[in-house]
Amino acid sequence: MRHVLALSATLSFFWLVNSGHYTPLLLFFMVVSVLSVAALCHYMDVLDGESQPLNLTFTLPGYLLWLFREVILANIAVARCVWLGTSSISPCVITVTANQKSDLGIVIYANSITLTPGTVSIDLNENHIVVHALTGEAAADLLGGEMDRRVCRVEG
Amino acid sequence: MTVSAVIFIVLGLFFFTGGSIGILRFPDFYSRLHPAGKLDSMGLLMTMAGMALYTLRDFSLPAIITALKIMLIVVLVFITSPTATHAILDAGVRAGLGPWTAPEKKVKE
Repeated sequence: MRHVLALSATLSFFWLVNSGHYTPLLLFFMVVSVLSVAALCHYMDVLDGESQPLNLTFTLPGYLLWLFREVILANIAVARCVWLGTSSISPCVITVTANQKSDLGIVIYANSITLTPGTVSIDLNENHIVVHALTGEAAADLLGGEMDRRVCRVEG
Repeated sequence: MTVSAVIFIVLGLFFFTGGSIGILRFPDFYSRLHPAGKLDSMGLLMTMAGMALYTLRDFSLPAIITALKIMLIVVLVFITSPTATHAILDAGVRAGLGPWTAPEKKVKE
């Protein structure tokens, strides 16, 4: 039930932002379509803790802020490499271990690695992530494991 | 407001340019993906933030909604961009392209 409510709230927000028309008729259409989509998802049985990770509601925003800062810093680093040319990069492939307990946590970790420039996750098996890093520093940063710890904390 | 909007957009264009140059400059498939996939989303974030600020010059409900829509674009791109990057990478790995592991460091000059 909580998942249905959360999905409805998200969809309603999306509709309200994208529509911009707030006449009773259109609001009625919103309610109808949101309810039918929520019902459809409910009967398809795709609403669970994995598609609507409600247990992360309070821990995720803080992590996203930190990730956002990392993304900006790393972007500047990659832009510097671009301007400095090929001699400034030393691509390497490393394997990092994900210590998260749930599949969702590992996926968040792998996607965060991809989102942070300088590192891209190539492959995932069990809890080992194969990562292609653009520079040695990016690889060292990742091997330091701060991101891993933070994702673990998000998972709670 | 307009000034900060312009600053954001110019910063974003700087990242876009960096991304394009990186694609041309870097030596192999995998390292080219870094500027292609990420500097782009950074440039998008900057330019879109600039545009959102520009729309917010006259502070009204429609302006706020437009700004929110612009930021929703950024959120969607931040979700889809890693997915697309991973799809390209995976295609490379499946096709059997071995990643370059910094041989050019020694070969240089």
